[in-house]
Amino acid sequence: MLKIEDLHAGVEGTEIIKGLSLDLPAGEVHAIMGPNGSGKSTLSYVLSGRDGYEATAGSVTLDGEDLLSMEAHERAAAGLFLGLQYPVEIPGVSNVNFLRTALNAQRKLRGEDEISAADFLRETRKEAEAFDLSMDHMKRGVNVGFSGGEKKRNEMIQMAVLKPRLALLDETDSGLDIDALRVVADGINRMRSPDRSFLLITHYQRLLDYVKPDKVHVLQDGRITRTGGPELAAELEREGYVGIAA
Amino acid sequence: MAANAEALALAEESSKYKWGFTSDVESELSPKGLDENTVRYISMKKGEPEWMLDWRLKAFRLWQTMEHPDWSKLNVPPIDYQDAYYYAEPKKKPTLESLDDLDPAIRETYEKLGIPIEEQKVLANVEGARKVAVDAVFDSVSVATTFREELTKAGVIFMSISEAIREHPELVRKWLGAVVPQRDNFFATLNSAVFSDGTFVYIPEGVRCPMELSTYFRINAENTGQFERTLIVADKGSYVSYLEGCTAPQRDENQLHAAVVELVALDDAEIKYSTVQNWYPGDENGMGGIYNFVTKRGHCRGARSKISWTQVETGSAVTWKYPSCVLAGEDSVGEFYSVALTNNAQQADTGTKMIHLGKNTRSTIISKGISAGRSDNTYRGLVRVGPSAENVRNFTQCDSLLLGDKCGAHTVPYIEVKNPSAQIEHEATTSKISDDQLFYAMSRGLDEEEAVALIVNGFAREVLQQLPMEFAVEAQKLLGISLEGAVG
Repeated sequence: MLKIEDLHAGVEGTEIIKGLSLDLPAGEVHAIMGPNGSGKSTLSYVLSGRDGYEATAGSVTLDGEDLLSMEAHERAAAGLFLGLQYPVEIPGVSNVNFLRTALNAQRKLRGEDEISAADFLRETRKEAEAFDLSMDHMKRGVNVGFSGGEKKRNEMIQMAVLKPRLALLDETDSGLDIDALRVVADGINRMRSPDRSFLLITHYQRLLDYVKPDKVHVLQDGRITRTGGPELAAELEREGYVGIAA
Repeated sequence: MAANAEALALAEESSKYKWGFTSDVESELSPKGLDENTVRYISMKKGEPEWMLDWRLKAFRLWQTMEHPDWSKLNVPPIDYQDAYYYAEPKKKPTLESLDDLDPAIRETYEKLGIPIEEQKVLANVEGARKVAVDAVFDSVSVATTFREELTKAGVIFMSISEAIREHPELVRKWLGAVVPQRDNFFATLNSAVFSDGTFVYIPEGVRCPMELSTYFRINAENTGQFERTLIVADKGSYVSYLEGCTAPQRDENQLHAAVVELVALDDAEIKYSTVQNWYPGDENGMGGIYNFVTKRGHCRGARSKISWTQVETGSAVTWKYPSCVLAGEDSVGEFYSVALTNNAQQADTGTKMIHLGKNTRSTIISKGISAGRSDNTYRGLVRVGPSAENVRNFTQCDSLLLGDKCGAHTVPYIEVKNPSAQIEHEATTSKISDDQLFYAMSRGLDEEEAVALIVNGFAREVLQQLPMEFAVEAQKLLGISLEGAVG
């Protein structure tokens, strides 16, 4: 589904991703683990098309489509979802309105009809309940006054309603207490399906205790230095990034 | 963020003002220029009684002794008052009793603008659209007023001011100039001399107006100034919600709009006055556009009366406008909710005055300024508490949002308190749309313009939610359209 080949990318002329390749087949969950400064967040921004994060060489395709030539919103419509490490506040725009606007914008880009208000609300109510946020929260401004955990759960609700083909979750586990971590992990597990893939970008293996990845990649200095099964995460936890450096 | 050049290119590409068409309506114009004869001509065309002509002439003589005010933060080139027409009337005189006789070209204009002149159309309006009675002013003349019968049954008078001068002279004579006196300011005085048409509303004692009233203003003719005059009197215990909307064709030369709006609320009366101002703003280089110099003031004369102004200002090359409340009645309430958006070379100097004279009077000011392009946006507001006004409360919040780095936002509050029991609060913020917010919205599927429109609407929400539903939807779209090409 996601194919990254020899990607070089960076910010303002500074190369941060230095020849990264990755193959994420449909239905699989991969984790990218790496220490601070290894390029994790840059990778998620490059993949999702944030302004200022430029790929200088290599290619990225989603289901064979060239992702790098698309704008951020087109990538979203193509099925990419980025769960942010620090979800942003938008005062005055309710979560419900934000999500509905986003969903309809994506549907429009894909040539689909708008979702009916009733269907949308039913869906949103269901997911808000599943991720343990009240509808009262959903009617407030986007992430305004939310705790760190509530923001992350809100990201999960958005993901569940938007139903992406590929979910890129950047440090989704950070700032979560153990109960919230479980809620989020259960949500990811529930959404796993043969035609949806996940790329979990994380520093710690905490989340991987609850979401079992098919593969774990170690990101160091802008490159993948090792790839293995779930046991690699445990090894990292024991030995640290320095210990397993190639 | 992409380069500014790209933003400029975008701005040039999109001809954004969608109301910029002109209509082919033959006009009868007054002779060009302004002197006593012009005033007499207008009065004669309107078939006015002598007292009205005298009132106008008195104003005109006053005006000749006055000077263009220069205290605002606006850069306005000198206006040649002799190089304009002060009266333009569609040639085929509309028969006000029957809408069928309306010039088809005018009707078409209003249809294009989406104004429901025809009652059937309003009634047939799907999805339970509320009934809104409309008075439409085309250049200098009111061409159609709807729902008259139903309003008459309730005792509500809703008609053009020209008709009211003929049909209800006692009311007009009593209240005209009672809130904005002839000598109030340069533009109000000019308006008093040459006002052409406008709307008159009277809500009798204890009546809750059965529908929203609306006036739609359209400048069509070239080189024409529009000087409308609106007078709304809410008698004891009555309520009315009134809306006004404005557009004008796209023209290279500037056109002058100098309106006066007077509101009077007696004991326990409430007036809610909403404006969506979308006069032609000029092109992206600042060529053309309306000079909008407007005096709006409400007088809470009665105890427990309330006047609430809500404005969404997106149009005009220059806006000079301070809808105000004189809170004379005890326990009266004044409110001002404003969104002022400037883009390209637009300039706005707008705000309010809350004059607290009565005891226990309260006022709220919520101002949201949005600046983009090379525009300049100033909030200017006065809160004054008189010596005998005990226990006054005011809350003011002024927020400015900047898009790009070539525009300006200014907040100029004046606070004059002569009674120590007053509680005055003032809050002000200035912020920019953050890259994080933009990216967040775009990563969810919104394109850049949709993302900006969403964030700006969120910023303005407190004000937009004061508008009646139909207007709020319209205003939201308008904010988005007015900012097209403003980011990059």
